[in-house]
Amino acid sequence: MDNLLSIVTFTPAIAAAILAVFLRGDDEAARNNARWLALIATTATFLVSLFILFQFDPADTGFQMVEEAEWIFGLTYKVGVDGISVLFVLLTTFIMPLTIAASWHVTERVKEYMIAFLVLETLMIGVFVALDLVLFYLFFEAGLIPMFLIIGIWGGKERIYAAFKFFLYTFLGSVLMLVAMVAMYVDAGTTDIAALLRHQFASETLDLWGLQIIGGAQTLMFLAFFASFAVKMPMWPVHTWLPDAHVQAPTAGSVVLAAILLKMGGYGFLRFSLPMFPVGADVIAPLILWLSAIAVVYTSLVALAQEDMKKLIAYSSVAHMGFVTMGIFAANQQGLDGAIFQMISHGFISGALFLCVGVIYDRMHTREIEAYGGLVNRMPAYAAVFMLFTMANVGLPGTSGFIGEFLTMMGAFQVNTWVTAVAATGVILSAAYALWLYRRVVLGDLIKASLKSISDMDRREKAIFAPFVVMTLLLGVYPALVTDIIGPSVAALVEGYDTALAQHDAASMVAAAEEAAQ
Amino acid sequence: METLLLFAPLAGALIAGFGWRAIGETAAMWVATGLLFFSALLSWIVFLTFDGITETIQILRWIESGTLATDWAIRLDRLTAVMLIVVTSVSALVHLYSFGYMAHDENFREGEAYKARFFAYLSLFTFAMLMLVTADNLVQLFFGWEGVGLASYLLIGFYYRKPSANAAAIKAFVVNRVGDFGFALGIFAIFFLVDSVRFEDVFAAAPTIAETQITFLWGSWNAAELVAVLLFIGAMGKSAQLLLHTWLPDAMEGPTPVSALIHAATMVTAGVFLVCRMSPVMEFAPNAMTFVTWLGAATAFFAATVGLVQTDIKRVIAYSTCSQLGYMFVAAGVGAYPVAMYHLLTHAFFKAMLFLGAGSVIHGMHHEQDMRNYGGLRAKFPYTFWAMLIGTLAITGVGIPAVLFTLGGVPIGFAGFLSKDAVVESAYAGAGGVPFWLLVIAALLTSFYSWRLMFLTFWGKPRGDKHTHAHAHESPAVMTVPLGVLAVGSVLAGMIWYNAFFGHTDSVAKFFGMPYAEAEAEGGEEAYGYVFAGEPGQGALYMAPENTVIADAHAVPKWVKVSPFFAMLIGLGLAWLFYIRDPAIPKRLAESQRPLYLFLLNKWYFDELYEFVFVRPARGVARTLWKRGDGAVIDGTINGVSMGAIPWLTRLAGRAQTGYIFSYAFWMVVGIVAMITWMTLTGGAR
Repeated sequence: MDNLLSIVTFTPAIAAAILAVFLRGDDEAARNNARWLALIATTATFLVSLFILFQFDPADTGFQMVEEAEWIFGLTYKVGVDGISVLFVLLTTFIMPLTIAASWHVTERVKEYMIAFLVLETLMIGVFVALDLVLFYLFFEAGLIPMFLIIGIWGGKERIYAAFKFFLYTFLGSVLMLVAMVAMYVDAGTTDIAALLRHQFASETLDLWGLQIIGGAQTLMFLAFFASFAVKMPMWPVHTWLPDAHVQAPTAGSVVLAAILLKMGGYGFLRFSLPMFPVGADVIAPLILWLSAIAVVYTSLVALAQEDMKKLIAYSSVAHMGFVTMGIFAANQQGLDGAIFQMISHGFISGALFLCVGVIYDRMHTREIEAYGGLVNRMPAYAAVFMLFTMANVGLPGTSGFIGEFLTMMGAFQVNTWVTAVAATGVILSAAYALWLYRRVVLGDLIKASLKSISDMDRREKAIFAPFVVMTLLLGVYPALVTDIIGPSVAALVEGYDTALAQHDAASMVAAAEEAAQ
Repeated sequence: METLLLFAPLAGALIAGFGWRAIGETAAMWVATGLLFFSALLSWIVFLTFDGITETIQILRWIESGTLATDWAIRLDRLTAVMLIVVTSVSALVHLYSFGYMAHDENFREGEAYKARFFAYLSLFTFAMLMLVTADNLVQLFFGWEGVGLASYLLIGFYYRKPSANAAAIKAFVVNRVGDFGFALGIFAIFFLVDSVRFEDVFAAAPTIAETQITFLWGSWNAAELVAVLLFIGAMGKSAQLLLHTWLPDAMEGPTPVSALIHAATMVTAGVFLVCRMSPVMEFAPNAMTFVTWLGAATAFFAATVGLVQTDIKRVIAYSTCSQLGYMFVAAGVGAYPVAMYHLLTHAFFKAMLFLGAGSVIHGMHHEQDMRNYGGLRAKFPYTFWAMLIGTLAITGVGIPAVLFTLGGVPIGFAGFLSKDAVVESAYAGAGGVPFWLLVIAALLTSFYSWRLMFLTFWGKPRGDKHTHAHAHESPAVMTVPLGVLAVGSVLAGMIWYNAFFGHTDSVAKFFGMPYAEAEAEGGEEAYGYVFAGEPGQGALYMAPENTVIADAHAVPKWVKVSPFFAMLIGLGLAWLFYIRDPAIPKRLAESQRPLYLFLLNKWYFDELYEFVFVRPARGVARTLWKRGDGAVIDGTINGVSMGAIPWLTRLAGRAQTGYIFSYAFWMVVGIVAMITWMTLTGGAR
């Protein structure tokens, strides 16, 4: 199959189109049709995407399965994957059928709901496979729209505030990125990402209105992209949209948001910031490392004080993303491997945690921690699953959560021990907030009258959790499944980064020597 | 065989945990127990047939990233072999014992199934502990380390309806994490220095590490010292040493078999094991080891003082454990690693037995744990009494002082007598002064609180609820048989392995597979004729050639050798005076020395101090960051900028809300078109 990536990318969109065009009426039969079609389409997408994995050759560090075609307005459609992006594609296709299944009991505007998720899937996959700047930007920004609708229509009481906060924060960040993209095009004369990766952007110190900018154009472009990706991650202190968005989003929306959308920022850093602007990255990295460490401690502390389950998990997500940025900007093999691993693993763990909240929200229609207590008495299976993901969330070895945290800290230690030590306190705090949450919700005697008749998970719910459980444990015990695929590409990235920095240093020394000679 | 014995408990845990609905609770319990006995049997075979040569068995690849390569693997050396028998033997006996202890638990309601879950957790713990002791690299050790922490958390909180149990479980996990924080940083530092986390590579690099300076936080440190201190912080958490000890007494909320297995015999000794395992690095970190010695001695003393006044039978034994762990660290700290392992081994037997004995009393007394309500139970619990008596004789160190009589060089006495004397003598030889005296005083206090426990429980007249006393009964055979087995160990373990752990340099070296050489005869100092002569990484332990602490310990003055014995006698005498001869003394003393009494009763106020210094500020800061930081500052600033826009947009969206999907789709298209136009016009396209 020559156009495997396109098939995977657009299958959900085609299903969405079919739903939009052919499905009529809003009776139970129509709703069921919408659900089943969405489930089948996303499952098919996942199965087809497995072929990507089979065809993928980890030893080849370039782009594979590349497709290129002329497109409208003289734009180019170009897609492909490498060791850094391929697993994100699979993560997306893996998560989506499960979120559809988790939305089985949505009754409001089912058809539109499914369309939104299907379109969203296409756009998310598109972000990870796009090899053209414009294409990337389109997918990256367009993805906001279905998510905005999902929060705004199927969300909670304050969904409008949350939806707009989500939209504005992430969109405003992107405007600067757009400017940088234009500058890149002007400088390199192409929007082809593979070509841009080979292009060297100027890194001589710039003098901007008397302000010395070390790293020059690279630093400026880096900052522009940073504005967008930092909000997407989200990094402290531009993270506050996330808890609001999570709290208001429907369960499936939260799952997608946490599991996939948050990964776009990290992916952007890996695809653009680090390889294209190495000098700029090197200049800003100390700041980012510190922001990451602060994020871990700050948001972990804030998580301790939460009264709303979803908000707590949302803050915990921000903390875990702090490890990701720390790993990325440690810019060594362990840090980057750890960052990618952490993103994949966080996709499963946070997704499952939001589903855990969803399970009891469906029953009690509240996310207040205070409203629960003693669930283990009536929901043993739920208690076991929740325990597993709580432990995965605190990074217990044997679960996938450990590998990412451990590697990112190991990578960061080689660069900055202060940052590592500060971030490592997050390991203590995460145990505190996660177990404290678990205790208040699940443990204790079941006293509250409202909970007396609560029922344990049904078969559908168990079936949804099963893949998450398997992946969390499998990757925890045998992480080579991931590291074998990402390893060579990451090694190439690190090598390129180090070479570029060395060249820059050599060039600066020559320049300095010349200046001294004059 | 090693792989089989390692995974048998995991299989037991899975079958008992998930399969009990299918095969029934009792069958699940038997499967778990059977597999554990099987594992114990294999462990003994491995231990007895072990030839002293370190071997490594690869199982599966684990974390690989660049130059970092870790496997799931088994490193089998003498240290591992010793830990194998300790862990699996005690665990197997505790499994058996739990049949009786957990039979009818009042914390659960009629018809609730909890027993299979309990056995699953016990087996899971055993698996994690085995992973810890068999690890061939630091990361796998860390896996076991955290795994036992998880099992400990689950088992402390086993009575999930009790708020106190849930609180204790969280406390145990979080305080341990504080230690793990140091441990993890230690691993990172080692990887940074050696580019590997495998023991083999780390040990081989130890001499180089010792000559390296490393920048860490605010200063530049000797790498070996830094690594040693960081790893020891981990050990402090797991082994409940001073400052990170607060979780252990609270952990007594768990069922008593758990206290015996996890919080006495095995998990809490993991810290000691870690220090011994890392002996090649520790040997090059004299300052760190001095710290270990002093902290161990301080803990031994501190915990013993608190143990004097506790009234809960399990808490007395818990503080006793804390104190004995301090002894082990002193031995390790002065470089007498074999002696630390010796005390670890004997302690596992007698302390597990004391706990199981206490559990037997608690079980027979309807879960009454306050010793003030015991008294005169000798007749009601004949077997338990004898077991506890042997345990007490062992922990207080009863035997014939070696100065008077030895049998072929081996002193005669209970297990604790030999190993504790070995520790005290090593402390005198290696550190002298304050640590030595702290240990001797702690020995006196140990004797006092141990006999106090015995006198309050088994002697005197029944106190407390008459009904409870009337119905008190000896425990069934499944509980008393394990006691009997452990009693044999408590009597004999010390004498059997005396030469192996604390004999002459050559016999210790042979046991641990360490190379040794004849000492150059200079005067009487090297009376034993041999010195250690290995390179770091050869054998199970590394002791530098100039480390003669074991030989020196044999040569200490006679008064040093007999001082623990006399301390024991004084403690026994005082206990007898206080609780048999004139039971009014304790009360009078508590009243006349009220501040001191309260100070001890409240455990030196560590919990209150931590609450004040850490817990409450953390909560306050958390709330402030949330409400002020996120709410006022960040949202305030960013929203402030866009606040002009949002209300307007909200109104717009409010209108859009009422519309149909058509309008959303429309806006979606408009958005995309707008962006494409934008891109095209601004020249983003080719």
